[in-house]
Amino acid sequence: MIGKILKYQLRDVIRSRWVIAYVLFFLVLTDILFRFGGDGLRVASSMMNIVLIVIPLASIVLGAFYLYNAREYIELLLCHPVKRHQLFWGMFLGLALPLVAAFSGGVLLPYLYNAASAEAWRAALMLVFTGSMLTVIFVAIAYYIALRFDDRIKGLGLALIICLFFTIIYDGIILFVIYIFSSYPLEKPVLVLSLLNPIDLGRILLLLQFDISALMGLTGAVFREFFGTALGMAISLASLLLWLAVPVIAGFRRFLVKDF
Amino acid sequence: MKWCVIKIFQRLFAITAVIGIVAVGMCPATTEASQRLASIAGIGDVMASQSVSESVRILEVGDQKEYTRIADALSAASDGDTIRIHTGTYREHGLTVDRRVAIFGVGRPVIDVEEKGEGIRITAGNVHIEGLEIRNVPTSHSRDLAAIRFERVSGGKVIGNILDNTFFGIYLARSHDMEIRDNELRAYQTRESVSANGIHLWNSDRAVIKGNVVIGHRDGIYLEYVQESSIHNNHVEKNIRYGLHFMFSDDCIYHDNRFENNGAGVAVMYSRRVIMKHNEFVNNWGAASYGLLLKEITDSEIFENEFSGNTIGIRSEGSDRVKKYRNRFHRNGWAIRIMASSMDNLITENNFIDNAFDVSTNSRQQSRNRFEANYWDKYSGYDLKGDGFGDVPYRPVRLFSLIVERNPMALMLLRSMFVQILDLTERVMPTITPETLVDEKPLMREVRL
Repeated sequence: MIGKILKYQLRDVIRSRWVIAYVLFFLVLTDILFRFGGDGLRVASSMMNIVLIVIPLASIVLGAFYLYNAREYIELLLCHPVKRHQLFWGMFLGLALPLVAAFSGGVLLPYLYNAASAEAWRAALMLVFTGSMLTVIFVAIAYYIALRFDDRIKGLGLALIICLFFTIIYDGIILFVIYIFSSYPLEKPVLVLSLLNPIDLGRILLLLQFDISALMGLTGAVFREFFGTALGMAISLASLLLWLAVPVIAGFRRFLVKDF
Repeated sequence: MKWCVIKIFQRLFAITAVIGIVAVGMCPATTEASQRLASIAGIGDVMASQSVSESVRILEVGDQKEYTRIADALSAASDGDTIRIHTGTYREHGLTVDRRVAIFGVGRPVIDVEEKGEGIRITAGNVHIEGLEIRNVPTSHSRDLAAIRFERVSGGKVIGNILDNTFFGIYLARSHDMEIRDNELRAYQTRESVSANGIHLWNSDRAVIKGNVVIGHRDGIYLEYVQESSIHNNHVEKNIRYGLHFMFSDDCIYHDNRFENNGAGVAVMYSRRVIMKHNEFVNNWGAASYGLLLKEITDSEIFENEFSGNTIGIRSEGSDRVKKYRNRFHRNGWAIRIMASSMDNLITENNFIDNAFDVSTNSRQQSRNRFEANYWDKYSGYDLKGDGFGDVPYRPVRLFSLIVERNPMALMLLRSMFVQILDLTERVMPTITPETLVDEKPLMREVRL
C-alpha cells in the first residue's frame, strides 16, 4: 500500500516542475563551478556553502508547502480504506526521495562527465550524503510543523524561523558562548554544541573531508581528533540520525491522531 | 735581380721566425718533463713531489686487498694519498682522518658503526669523502655522535654518500669552506629528544650544501653561527622538528629547496640579510606548524617561493625590512601571519589563492607593513581604469580572523553563514579590523611566475 501511495506521489511530484528546477539548479551550478574552478575537490568545497544554506531552506519550505497543499488529497484518501501510517510514510518518502534524488543527481552528474579524481569523488559523495541527510531532516521538521499548525501563515513563518535559527542564529549563540567563557577550556562544550545543530554538524563533517581542518592548527586538530576516530564518527552519525528520528516520529504520531 | 735577392731574404726570415716560435713553445714542455724525471729520482722541488705522490700512492682497502680494515689504511696514509674502499661491509667505528686524504668508495662500501660510537672524524683540511654508506650511529645524550664529523678544518668535500639510521648525519664544527653535495640522509626516530640533525653546521662559514636528501631527522639542516653559505637544491622531508633551522646565520642564501611534511616547517631565526628564493614549502601540517617561521629576521628577501598546504604559510615575528615578493600562497590555513612586532615589511606581487585566511595579525593599531599590488582570489572589486589594478582597496584581514586570533575555538564556525555575514558587514564598514592593513591597488590578474 505504501508503494502504491508512493508511486502516485512520485508521479505527482515529477509532474510538477519544481523538482526539475531543483535538479537544474544544482546541475548548472556544479557545471559552472567545474568550468571555472577546474578540479572536483574545489567544486565540492564551493558547493558546500550552497548546500548548507540552500538545502535546509528549500527542504523546509517545500515540505511545509507540500503538506498544506496536499490537505484535501489526504482527507480524500483517508475516506478510503487506507491506513494512516501507510499514508504518512507514502507522503513523507514521496517528497523526501525526489528531493534527495534531484540534489544528488544534479551534483553528481557533472562529476561523472568531468571524470573527477577518486579524491574528488570521495568529497562529492560526502557532500551528497550530508546534503541528503539535511534534506530528509528538514522535510521531517516541515511535516511536523505543517501537522502541528493548521494556519498556513503561522506554519510557514515558523518553518522559516527554524531554518534561520539553525543556519545563522545558532552560530551567533556559539560565538557568544565562546566569547563569554573564553578563559575556560571550551573544546568539549563546543563539540557538544556543534552536535546539537544538524547544519553545524554537517558543516564540520564536510570541513574535515576537505582537509581544511588539518590546516587549522590546534582547534582543527581537536576537531579532527574527535570526528576522525570511530567513536567520534559514530557519535556524529548517531546525532544526525537522532535529528532525523525525532521530528519524523513526532510528525508520525501527530498524523495518526490528527483530526483533519 | 736586386728585387729577387730581397725576396729570398724575406722568405728565409719568415722560416726562421716560425722555427723560433715553435722552439719557444716547446720549451716549457721539455722542462716539465725533465722536472718530472728529476722528481721521480727524488730531487724535484716540493710542489712537484706532491703532485706525483698523489697520482702514485693509492691505498686499496677491501677483502683480499692491501688493507682489510679502513683504520689501518688511514694510519698508513700520508698527506695527499687516495684511499679506495671496495665493496663490502666494514664493522668499524671511531675512524679518524688527520691527514689530507681523499677517500673514495668503490661500489658503495658500507661502514657499519653497529651503534658503538661515531663514524668518521676529520681533523685535517681538504679531505674528500665520496661514495660511502655509513650506518647505525647510536643516539647519545651526552655526545654529539655523527656519521661524518669535521672538526676545526678548512676545506673539504662530502659527496654522494648514504647515511642510514644515524644520530647526527654530517656535523661541521668550526669548519670553513666545505662542500656537502648529493648525499642521502635517513633517520628513523620518532621523538625529538632521541633524534638529532641531518646536516649540522656550527660556526662554519662559506659552506655549500646542495642536492642532498634529508629524511626523518630532528632538524633536516641546522645552521648556527654560519655566514655566507649557500643551501640549494636539497629535498628535506618528514623531519620531526624543522626542515631547515637557521640561527644567527647572516648573509646566507637558500634556493630551489623543497621542504615537505616537516613537523614544524622551516624556521629562520635571528639572522640578517638572508635570501630565500625558488623554494617549495609544502604540506607542513600540524597544531604548531608553518611553512616558514621568521623570527627576528632583518633586511632579507623572500621571493618566488611556493607555499602550499601549510597550516601557516609565513609567520613573521619581530622581523623588519623583509621583502616578500612574487611568491605563491596556495591552499594554506593562513597564508601570512604577521605579528605586531614586525615592521617595515613589504609584501608585493604575491598570489593568494584558496587560503582559508589570507592575512592575520594580532595588531589592532596601524599596520606598519606595506601590502601592495598583490593578487587576492577573494578580491571582488573592479577595474574601470583598465590599468590592471583594482580601483577599490582590498582588506585581507577578515573580521573572523581577528576573532579566531583572540579565541581559537571560534574556528569551528569557519564557513558558517553567520561568519560570512559578519565578514560582509565588516567589509562594508570596517570598524574593528586594522584600517591601514590594506592593499590599495590589488592586482586584477594573477602574477605570472
